[in-house]
Amino acid sequence: MSKQLVEAIADMREEEALKLAREMVESGSDPLAILDSTREALNLVGKRFEEGTYFLPELMLAGEMMSQITEIIKPKLAELPQIKRHGKVLIGTVEGDIHDIGKNIVSFMLDVNGFEVRDLGVDVSPQKFVNAIQEYQPQIVALSGFLTLSFESMKNTVAAIKSTGLRDNVKIMIGGGQINEEVKVYAGADGYGRDAVAGISMAKKWAGV
Amino acid sequence: MAEQLTNVDKAQALWQGKLSPKGPDGKPLTFQSPEAEQAYKDRIHRIKDAIEMKKLPDRVPVTVFPGMFPWLNAGMTMEEAMYDYNKCAEVFTNFVLEYKPDLHWGAYAPGSGKMYEILGYKLYSWPGHGIAPEHSYQANEGEYMLANEYDPLIQDPSGYFTHVYLPRVFGALGGFPMLPFLPGILEIYGLPLFFIPFGLPPVQATYQALFEAGAEALKWVTPIGGADGALATFGFPTVLGGFTKAPFDVIGDTLRGTKGIMLDMYRQPDKLLKAMEALVPLMIGMGIANARQTGNPVIFIPLHKGADGFISDAQFKKFYWPTLKEVMLGLIEEGIVPFPAAEGFWNTRLEVIQDIPKGKTLWMIDQSDMTTVKKTVGKNACLFGNVPSTMLNLATPQEVKVYVKKLIETVGKDGGLIIGNGAFFDQAKPENVGALVEAAKEYGTY
Repeated sequence: MSKQLVEAIADMREEEALKLAREMVESGSDPLAILDSTREALNLVGKRFEEGTYFLPELMLAGEMMSQITEIIKPKLAELPQIKRHGKVLIGTVEGDIHDIGKNIVSFMLDVNGFEVRDLGVDVSPQKFVNAIQEYQPQIVALSGFLTLSFESMKNTVAAIKSTGLRDNVKIMIGGGQINEEVKVYAGADGYGRDAVAGISMAKKWAGV
Repeated sequence: MAEQLTNVDKAQALWQGKLSPKGPDGKPLTFQSPEAEQAYKDRIHRIKDAIEMKKLPDRVPVTVFPGMFPWLNAGMTMEEAMYDYNKCAEVFTNFVLEYKPDLHWGAYAPGSGKMYEILGYKLYSWPGHGIAPEHSYQANEGEYMLANEYDPLIQDPSGYFTHVYLPRVFGALGGFPMLPFLPGILEIYGLPLFFIPFGLPPVQATYQALFEAGAEALKWVTPIGGADGALATFGFPTVLGGFTKAPFDVIGDTLRGTKGIMLDMYRQPDKLLKAMEALVPLMIGMGIANARQTGNPVIFIPLHKGADGFISDAQFKKFYWPTLKEVMLGLIEEGIVPFPAAEGFWNTRLEVIQDIPKGKTLWMIDQSDMTTVKKTVGKNACLFGNVPSTMLNLATPQEVKVYVKKLIETVGKDGGLIIGNGAFFDQAKPENVGALVEAAKEYGTY
């Protein structure tokens, strides 16, 4: 049944996936095994996204299925198991900008690719990024921005990280609709990704995965 | 019986109206000088020829379609621009007179902060209301239409908007759900029952807010609309009649939201498709009404969730393009020029969206590959834009000029090109914006 569950999730058959998960719980399957199948399916979804056969609707539906299945098995679990992670990524939309679709996609993809992600949300000030770096100690900081004002905010954020002596502790990537190589240089970031897939492969490279 | 007008006749009538502009008194507009009048007419012809693709204009037209750049560049905060209407109009007028583009797009973008306050607008945050004074307003993404509300939307879009949607996005319109079922007002028997809601305090408060919002809108439009008239007397026309939207974006932007619509594509695709069909005549009607009211032939269509990366090509063909195409064809039928803006990258959509009648549309292209755009969409449509906002922010004026020159030489050599920015921008180096306009005038003569 776990193979069926993996396929149902990966092929976007939501009703079937939820029904299978419920049946597996009722017939006494190991909840951890169900969780593993769900993770395996999400990896497939992530892979298909990277290959360009899946897009945002599939990522969003996969995320929905994941959280619904987690709800189904939760009563059977003492605690959610810790998964070994490649590294920690701190992500947020920079100051002045409240757009979050791109950022959320990158967060999701980082997660399914084995990174631990802390998402600071939108309109995040340089000081908030600095505080979170000190506390969370990520290896990678990811700055998102959609509006042209974000060029300046990204520059200010990188400058704040530098002035507090944290610049050498983190790799910084930037992304968003109007972001390109010129903005990367202007902001003083280490890399930019044109889309989520580019961002993920950069994070993997940086983490040595 | 009146002869049936073709879309060509209707288009010519709209352009003819632009060529003989009227002043606020309804009489022919008085220009500042004969030279200004000539420049105005030359500019209209230049733009019309570029869009219609029948003959080459005298040179490649140029325009800047900024976001909030004119106001921020003048040292205003966006909060001032949204609350001081006179200054907003004056700054915009100076912007056009300084940069001298062939056409401008009006001072409408900042809007009226006071009016949004009166209405308790929740869909957007704006300066002083969730956004810093110096930044532009931004949308609050949300699920303003619930997943189980497709049927009421499909059956009666106007009723759904009045009773359900508007009270959700405007805090001051909370009386609308109490309104009676208006198509029930048919006969004398029981008639007073229908009018009871209008006597109730929440409904009266809602109407009070509408009256106040209307009064504020009039205060706003006097100087803002006046800027169009003033600029025309100096020889600078606008052709923008207003906007409409792609049905997919109507639902995906401000009704169901991005996540909502994308889940619906799997969970209730038939209802989503039906709802978009129901919105087609409304979106056509909105474009027509705006064009007629303003007498301007171009209707802007900002495109959002059809860009590369959002959905697959198969999903684009099934969910996005058919109803957008219907809206565009409906506008063309009335002689109107649809002006869709393909922000971001649309490289994988070009083959599909080239399927439109020749010389009837204007496409704003942002970062798509222009060589391919020219070979596909550009066969049938006038192209506008492509100068990147990163370039306007970070490059040198010389680099901007080289970029524009190359666009003219490659994309513009057979007409069908208007030089301009590819995406809306709030920030830029003013000398780069100047270089964009100058380069088109310097290298664009046919």
